[in-house]
Amino acid sequence: MLSQDAIQKIDREIAKYPAEQKQSAVMAALAIAQMEKGWLSTETIEAVAGHLGMAPVAVYEVASFYNMYDLAPVGKVKITVCTNLPCALSGGVHAADYLKQKLGIGFNETTPDGRFTLKEGECMGACGDAPVLLVNNVRMCSFMQPEQIDRLLGECQ
Amino acid sequence: MAKIEIDGKQVEIENGRTVIEAAHLAGIYIPHFCYHKKLSIAANCRMCLVQVEKAPKPLPACATPVTDGMKVFTASEQAVKAQKGVMEFLLINHPLDCPVCDKGGECELQDLAVGYGSSASRYQEEKRMVVPKEVGPLISTKEMSRCINCTRCVRFGQEIGGIMELGQAFRGEHAEIMSFVSNSVDSELSGNMIDLCPVGALTSKPFRFTARAWELSHRRSVSPHDSLGSNLTVQVKNNRVMRVLPAENEEINECWLSDKDRFSYEGLNSGERLTKPMIKQNGAWQEVEWQAALEYAAKGLRQIADGAGAEHIGALATPHSTLEELYLLQKLVRSVGSDNVDFRLRQSDFSADGKQAGAPWLGMPIAEINTRDRILLVGSFLRKDHPLLAHRARDAVKKGAQASIVHSADDDLLMNVANKAIVAPDAMANVLAQILKALAAEKQAVVEASVQSAEVGSAAAAIAKSLASGERVAVLLGNFAQQHPQAAQLQVLGQQIAALCGGKFGFLGEAANSVGGHLAKALPRANGMNAAAMLAAPRKAYILLNVEAELDTHNPQQALVAMKAADLVVALSAYKHQATDYADVLLPIAPFSETSGTFVNTEGRVQSFKGAIKPLGEARPGWKVLRVLGNLLNETGFEYDTSEAVRDEALSGVDVAAQLNNAVQGVALETAGAGSGSLQRVSDVPIYSADAIVRRAASLQNTRDAEAPCALMHGAELSRLGVHAGEQVKVSQGEGSAILVAAADDRLPQGVVRVAAGHAATAGLGAMFGAVTVEPITGGRA
Ligand code: SF4
Ligand code: FES
Ligand code: FES
Repeated sequence: MLSQDAIQKIDREIAKYPAEQKQSAVMAALAIAQMEKGWLSTETIEAVAGHLGMAPVAVYEVASFYNMYDLAPVGKVKITVCTNLPCALSGGVHAADYLKQKLGIGFNETTPDGRFTLKEGECMGACGDAPVLLVNNVRMCSFMQPEQIDRLLGECQ
Repeated sequence: MAKIEIDGKQVEIENGRTVIEAAHLAGIYIPHFCYHKKLSIAANCRMCLVQVEKAPKPLPACATPVTDGMKVFTASEQAVKAQKGVMEFLLINHPLDCPVCDKGGECELQDLAVGYGSSASRYQEEKRMVVPKEVGPLISTKEMSRCINCTRCVRFGQEIGGIMELGQAFRGEHAEIMSFVSNSVDSELSGNMIDLCPVGALTSKPFRFTARAWELSHRRSVSPHDSLGSNLTVQVKNNRVMRVLPAENEEINECWLSDKDRFSYEGLNSGERLTKPMIKQNGAWQEVEWQAALEYAAKGLRQIADGAGAEHIGALATPHSTLEELYLLQKLVRSVGSDNVDFRLRQSDFSADGKQAGAPWLGMPIAEINTRDRILLVGSFLRKDHPLLAHRARDAVKKGAQASIVHSADDDLLMNVANKAIVAPDAMANVLAQILKALAAEKQAVVEASVQSAEVGSAAAAIAKSLASGERVAVLLGNFAQQHPQAAQLQVLGQQIAALCGGKFGFLGEAANSVGGHLAKALPRANGMNAAAMLAAPRKAYILLNVEAELDTHNPQQALVAMKAADLVVALSAYKHQATDYADVLLPIAPFSETSGTFVNTEGRVQSFKGAIKPLGEARPGWKVLRVLGNLLNETGFEYDTSEAVRDEALSGVDVAAQLNNAVQGVALETAGAGSGSLQRVSDVPIYSADAIVRRAASLQNTRDAEAPCALMHGAELSRLGVHAGEQVKVSQGEGSAILVAAADDRLPQGVVRVAAGHAATAGLGAMFGAVTVEPITGGRA
């Protein structure tokens, strides 16, 4: 299922915790698995669960809780907009609406060319920078007014 | 100890306990949902908010540890405001469909909404909906929208059931209780989640929409299945058992029930119930009056006793029969002059008979299992044979105990097993001898020569080492060990192992009355025949008490031959079963729910119960039927008015505690290793095949645990035979054979094939142990 390389990386994460607490590595393991597979399928989740000695549903709890994990295939560029309360009060929803209109898709949808996926995110701990969005889980973009969004989309084309 | 004050009441409680526990101690109720005394603290429902002096905000009582001098107010303005606020939140997304909800009338949310909810909602928006998922034949999650996400069900799986089958996926208002993908919930303890669910999100499929909680009358009873003797609340409407719930008994089943105890009641209402006495005349079955049937049976028995001789009469009972029934059965048989009576139908080795100091029992109170620090399980399908004892062992292991197993199969016990020796049945005694030898070396004790000659392997050495370092050891023999052809050897060895480490030795009794049968003396004394002997040397007449000969015996093939050859078979049964093929008289007797009676559980606890409902049709309590049979045979001493009178006579002068004794003396050890070379049978009695009632419990029969038996073998064994998993094979034993699907289980030892007993599909086979042959069926892909 997972490549030898991914297993090795996961084992390195597991080694950071006491032997009987392997499951502490679940988030890292899922991230590694997703990196390799692009998204987390049922089989991938089962593989991670098997490797960590966890119940598959326990791994699924984690995978479904954080929206950095993708339970379905996503486009090349995944944009996650925070719509939690502080952001919502400072333009988060507008940013999301603007993106929807620009990309022609709604939340949890991917553009027909497979380029962009739009997701609704939870508080990213940067409420002061609202509106905020996250590109491909790693790149944090602050103060995303339409102008900034246009620039971002241009960069990603 | 901390002294705290709750609502002006002084409470003293150990440090580290929580405010809600202190409140319960003081008899003060704090509303709660997610808190449960047997589960870990989640503190996610917030219903238990209380005011604590000097705390700026209300605190959750279930998660707040007591501190000395703490002052708590559970009903102050601040507390009640908080509780009402939480209730309003909980009800925002709740469908409020109480009129059509199965939980209505016994719902914690409904109850608390009366106290803390307001009469109208301020919430006008759309409520959330949860798409229901299928999780198997026992639990319905159809109305998952009712869930308040307390996670009790999830924690039950993780902490008690030992397997997490439900989880809470997603987050926030999208959080949903579900199983992984479309997995079913297969735990043998799953029904407890229905009880735990404080709302109607998890409901009982068999019970759904059949009655409202307040229509049911509650009757206390005792489970007739495994030897735990779980306490039951049998709930009844219109003289019909509608459902069964646990009656709390901390020392036995705590607040839990196995699914077998909970859902088997469907078997009580089965269409196969025998409701009229019947006689076979000229090959045809006819319904007759009780008087005619009883006279026919009595006359037949009398004729054989007077003609061929009383020793040609044999009586067999299942250990699921009541103490009263067993007592009267042996009394009846003995009064006509026969000593052939037995209830140990699946036992095959009787060499300890007469050498046994008393009734084999658990060797300790049930609750002591949790306190053991070393457990050696010998020959036990623990999880399926004794689901709640498995939970106790799991609890002990969680607290640090080391479990070791010696067995011929390696099913997942859902706990950490420190060491295992998985060997073919004929090597088990030798493994125990190895353990004994290694242990003796550790303890510098001497053992007899036959033990000395064993060669200690690494698994046995590891087990011995583990046991030697224990302070509270238990050596327990399971059903498989008791059914084993060398049961007495295993007993002696197990006992010596336990003795060497100063531990307890015991049997995990097979059935509800495995101890009771001994107390009732329903086994041969001096020159009588035991169950196996009675079937090996067919008798002219048999009295069967609750017995289905092809399912309840060690060797169904032999049992059926004996039944068919007999001149007279009198079957007392709650069901119209295969006995129609071989019996002459069928007498409908009442199952446990319709008669009073007594079960003595594996720890020797005598538990009497009353009938929950009246017997179905013309069925009568077994004890009454046996009493009348006694009268008709003109025997004296059968004048009982009540089952209590029977019980009192059975137990008069019997000091039960003194009768419980696992010691055996004079059994010579023969511990030579294995070596038959042929394929050996390993059989389990599947959890939902073990007795007549559960075999007819429709929903349980649809679970994964009740799937048709396979011929399970090690992968290497399969390739040796040239068969692939999934193909059909012919399993033969003696005269009989069965066509089964081959399946691989690499945890089995090589040289064995595991074929379940107690099941119609394998009833054509012979003994539960011994040589079998397996042949591929050409072109037999299933
Ligand atoms: S299903 Fe019931 S027990 Fe499980 S979390 Fe929901 S309310 Fe709690
Ligand atoms: S609410 Fe958007 S970052 Fe905190
Ligand atoms: S009972 Fe305390 S938070 Fe749920």
